[in-house]
Amino acid sequence: MARDWSDLFITDGARPATIGDGASLADEPERRRGFFKRLRTNLSKTREALGAEIQATLLEGDVDEDTWERLEEALIMADVGAATTARVVGELESEAAGGAISGGEALSRRLAGMLAEIARTGEDRIDLRHAPTVIMAVGVNGTGKTTTIGKLAWHLQHELGLKVVLGAADTFRAAAVQQLEGWARRAGCEIVSGPEGSDPGSVAFEAVRQGRELGADVVIVDTAGRLHTQDDLMAELAKVRRVIAKQIDDAPHETLLTVDATTGQNGLRQAKLFSEAVPVDGIVLTKLDGTAKGGIALAIAGELGIAVKLIGIGEALEDLRPFDADDYAQALLT
Amino acid sequence: MFDTLSEKLQATLSDVRSRGTLTEADVNAAMREIRLALLEADVNFKVVKSFTSTVKERCLGADVLGKLNPGQQVVKIVDEELTALMGGESATVDFASRPPTVILMAGLQGSGKTTATAKLARYLMTEHDSSVALAACDVYRPAAVDQLVKVGGQVGATVYEQGIERDPVDIARWALDQAKRDGKDVLIVDTAGRLHVDEKLMDELVKIRKAVKPTTVLLVVDAMTGQDAVNVAEQFAGAVAFDGVLMSKLDGDARGGAALSVKAVTGKPIMFASTGEKLDQFERFHPDRMAQRILGMGDVLSFIEKAEAQIDEDEAKELERKLRRNEFTFEDFLSQLKMMRKMGPLQSLLGMIPGFQGAALKNVKVDERELDRIEAIILSMTPLERRRPDLIKGSRRLRIARGSGTSVQHVNQLVKQFGQMQKLMKQLGKGKMPDLQAMMRQGR
Repeated sequence: MARDWSDLFITDGARPATIGDGASLADEPERRRGFFKRLRTNLSKTREALGAEIQATLLEGDVDEDTWERLEEALIMADVGAATTARVVGELESEAAGGAISGGEALSRRLAGMLAEIARTGEDRIDLRHAPTVIMAVGVNGTGKTTTIGKLAWHLQHELGLKVVLGAADTFRAAAVQQLEGWARRAGCEIVSGPEGSDPGSVAFEAVRQGRELGADVVIVDTAGRLHTQDDLMAELAKVRRVIAKQIDDAPHETLLTVDATTGQNGLRQAKLFSEAVPVDGIVLTKLDGTAKGGIALAIAGELGIAVKLIGIGEALEDLRPFDADDYAQALLT
Repeated sequence: MFDTLSEKLQATLSDVRSRGTLTEADVNAAMREIRLALLEADVNFKVVKSFTSTVKERCLGADVLGKLNPGQQVVKIVDEELTALMGGESATVDFASRPPTVILMAGLQGSGKTTATAKLARYLMTEHDSSVALAACDVYRPAAVDQLVKVGGQVGATVYEQGIERDPVDIARWALDQAKRDGKDVLIVDTAGRLHVDEKLMDELVKIRKAVKPTTVLLVVDAMTGQDAVNVAEQFAGAVAFDGVLMSKLDGDARGGAALSVKAVTGKPIMFASTGEKLDQFERFHPDRMAQRILGMGDVLSFIEKAEAQIDEDEAKELERKLRRNEFTFEDFLSQLKMMRKMGPLQSLLGMIPGFQGAALKNVKVDERELDRIEAIILSMTPLERRRPDLIKGSRRLRIARGSGTSVQHVNQLVKQFGQMQKLMKQLGKGKMPDLQAMMRQGR
């Protein structure tokens, strides 16, 4: 069973966990069915190519040299990366040689288990027990930060009944503020913004300040997309973080890095360099609804120990989902 | 330990020279490194496979006794094949015989279409003196139209927009009429990002294409794209038959293997590269440079070319002998310095100097002006002084300083550093690898 929002967030029991507006509560069963159907269709798209290949190799015929090579190919094609692929296949091969597993089906079950193990790393939940909890979204241009924040705000407001304030600290990209304002309207939450080109730190500061004043549960700060190689922009990000900490000592409590599932091995560099600038607590793996399999998330989890917390599997509001390691591994393999 | 493919290859093939020929085992070892490097660069698995088999064939027949060491030889073959695969010349957009020239932009969400649209407009306005208009056909992403209006305004292009209520196909058709009416040379049609598997939206793109009959269709591809680049390119090629590719976000540190994959599976050239946040950071694409970037061996290759012309094998052997016997003089130093400087910036060459291969010198920063000074100082020495630096004291020092337009401190420093270097050479000759940076710091 896929993880649900309540599994992702740590809230104190006192808070009304799933009371949204009346309409959404009444629609709940209907919406959930819709969601599972959507998840299935979306994941099946993701599954198709890789799944077919692995099934043919692992479940048919004898396990031989070819099996490993084709398995390697399948993982590489999923952007898992040469290093992680070599590790996984090597381990599997030695387990098979040692007689611990035999037969295609057991092999593919073990493989899914191994992939899920890699994906399941560190703290994979988001602690919302601060008042307010400050979440900062960072990432390379075009990875889907603003969209993710908009959907996250909507879920927090509507599914968890929390009060959210958005901070539009992407003061660089033309019309980024308007884009976030659009989301704020949909989610029905407050938004704090500054003029284009203004200091992102001051917008973030103001957002957290207002969040406290308004008694918000969660403040989500959007930042401008930036390439991890731009030292000055990375320094700016560190500054935004410091400015937020001036309002609340241990804030931001959660820094989420959005990674586009289409990204190849450079994703590892992104995660590494962003974590050097600001401690990254979790990955949001976006755009999983295409044919890309987002295997780079496995490499990031495996090599840097950063957990994937959310996935984006489509354009609709319900398409931002808590990440589930087993589901993901299955999606890659079945 | 080794960062670049060329270093890896040289390590892999280090013992080949003594044997004189590349065996199949050597070549296989080299191919494994090449395969890994290409995969790390996100070149598609299948493209890598066919590429390495081509390279392997050429390597098996290669002569390894030339002026290059076997590692360099293989790097050269890889580069030649890679450049051939990328396409030799840089292609660009066609202009319609009857304006307006229409360019249709297509791509996934977040690939950078809107920014690229404005950058391309600016490029065409400055490089081709064209009057450019933009059509805002992304009615889906919130504020996409606003964004195009803003960046379009920044580069001074006219932006045709009708908000987000109308059908993108109608907007495109209307914008084309506007461009004709306004006598624009070029109309660039910005479209919404879409997934290549989204039938409805791909269908819409086909309709836009039919409506505006573009002169050129450009696919915008993020330089950081992984293995999926092939699927994306094939699907877009099937739907809208794009003519060329615009690589975005090339200012990052992605090796950009996607460029190679896209070229290999569709045969369409990469035309433009977007290389920064600013709207003027945009250029024609250079296939040869990309080939080098993918393998992370840029300057090494130009060194190889130059080395082939400059370094005489015998001279190098003689130098090595002198180094080992500690007969290295200021005269040798000067001739080495001159020879190296003929090849270009020293920084990029350091790792390749005979006897210095590998990582030891990688982090040493070279100041070219410092080299000018060193040359001047040596040239102000008498031949005897050059051979016997221990003579350089008192009035000789002052004379050399005056003659070279430097100071006594500079002369002292050089003589001291030279002494350090001789010591270092001696150690190298014995096969030890001292901490070079520490020595350089000491010398100062």
